[in-house]
Amino acid sequence: MTADTSVLLDFRDVSMRFGDTEALTGVDLTVSRGEFVSVVGPSGCGKSTLLRIASGLEQVSGGTASTASQRIGYVFQDATLLAWRSVRRNVELLAELHHVPRAERAARAAAAIDLVGLTGFEKHLPRQLSGGMRMRTSLARSLTLDPELFLFDEPFGALDEITRERLNDELLKLFVQQNFAGLFITHSVAEAVYLSTRVLVMSGRPGTIVAGFDVPFDMPRDPDIRFTPEFAALVGQISHALREGHR
Amino acid sequence: MKRIPWWQPTIVFGLVVALWYAIAAWYDKSKELAFVVPYPHLVLQEALTDGQFRQQLLENLLQTVVITATGLLIATVIGMSWAVLMSQARWLEHSLYPYAVILQTIPILAIVPLIGTIFGYEFTSRVIVTVMISLFPMVSNTLFGLASVDRAQWELFRLNGAGRFTTLLKLQLPAALPAIFVGLRTAAGLAVIGAIVGDQFFQRGTPGLGVLIQVSNSRLNGPGTFAAIITASLLGVVVFLLFGLLGRLVTGKWADQS
Ligand SMILES: Nc1ncnc2c1ncn2[C@@H]1O[C@H](COP(=O)(O)OP(=O)(O)O)[C@@H](O)[C@H]1O
Ligand SMILES: [Mg+2]
Repeated sequence: MTADTSVLLDFRDVSMRFGDTEALTGVDLTVSRGEFVSVVGPSGCGKSTLLRIASGLEQVSGGTASTASQRIGYVFQDATLLAWRSVRRNVELLAELHHVPRAERAARAAAAIDLVGLTGFEKHLPRQLSGGMRMRTSLARSLTLDPELFLFDEPFGALDEITRERLNDELLKLFVQQNFAGLFITHSVAEAVYLSTRVLVMSGRPGTIVAGFDVPFDMPRDPDIRFTPEFAALVGQISHALREGHR
Repeated sequence: MKRIPWWQPTIVFGLVVALWYAIAAWYDKSKELAFVVPYPHLVLQEALTDGQFRQQLLENLLQTVVITATGLLIATVIGMSWAVLMSQARWLEHSLYPYAVILQTIPILAIVPLIGTIFGYEFTSRVIVTVMISLFPMVSNTLFGLASVDRAQWELFRLNGAGRFTTLLKLQLPAALPAIFVGLRTAAGLAVIGAIVGDQFFQRGTPGLGVLIQVSNSRLNGPGTFAAIITASLLGVVVFLLFGLLGRLVTGKWADQS
């Protein structure tokens, strides 16, 4: 296989402080094309800060953080939809902000809505949607920019278990189809293992990466791998590392 | 807004009218000053069947509506611009907000004579009083609405290269609409008050309801005074309901009901 595996995101010895709070220290991290990297860690350890740096919302206090692509998708924990816009107009928003012509915008929105399975709900307002559908809309909105690097900040954390699993499957499908690289923050070790090609474990504050695990399962993934002993063993190992890093 | 069952206010209305009759009877029979508090049916009669008075009532009402609308329009434009300006930078907000508060705390009556000397005793001065009274709720509600934008949404716009103007137009102003309508509703009620108060001080030019109230009162025309007061109050209620309804038409579909 000669797939392009160039580095899209490169953190070298990154540190970050907010006043007296040392949020991150000595973070080394790369995300390459074809990779889906998840980060797990205790809350307050700087996971969101990591994404904010990657997206350019925040500047590092020390070290270097560079991205090789301008096409970055960012999915927040909250769907952040505009309440007064329909699903279709919400999905069109980013293309609109990037001055994509109207017809092109509409075409991209229709395709993205189709990809996340929301066809038929284009005219609905956010308040008429379930939490899962709102998150799908949010995903579709990012997909219209065809991102090369996709950042996710605990996007499914507020959803119920069944919705979450379904969205996990759809995200995997999108990852295989759309060929973006992913950096995914989550609280759930099982979710991290199921979605990722690599899982990183962060320590408590100041956050740094204390362990990394390659996930050996092939893509596209069979949902049933979650019930295999190999899967359970890996989840156990990562949970153990997480507890170690906590101390 | 919650639906209020019609029969509860109706009972209160009946009680108020009964109390009114009782007081009117007391003035009439014990003090023989029937014109101070006239019987309700005499007020109705004056307003509905006295052709000349009715004509005057309608003309003055129209003038009050014109002043209210003009004042409210100006207050809306100034108030929203003021709030938008303040929302653009912390230092602007810090510099300008105190004046919005001061505007509200100045006793309007204290500067009314000054307004008269400078702008005359007609339309302009009445509109100025109306604007001053109704401006604050427009400023404060618009500012509150503009600031109510969620931080993540703000960052979404920033990440996608949206400038100040785009963010204002596509994020802040729409998000502020429900609050703006709350401000508009309050300001509209106050504008009616401003128009009536203005009338009492500036009596030249076409008179409004405030003038009619004063003139009727000084002529000891009890029914006329009451008819004008009730008309002014009804105007306030109608304006309040109108803007409430307009707000629901514009934002009701998507905004959280409050
Ligand atoms: N803008 C900021 N100003 C001050 N402190 C901040 C800021 N952003 C984050 N922090 C602090 O940095 C630490 C890491 O925050 P965050 O990245 O949100 O953690 P996580 O997402 O892992 O829960 C926290 O202690 C938080 O309070
Ligand atoms: Mg976080």
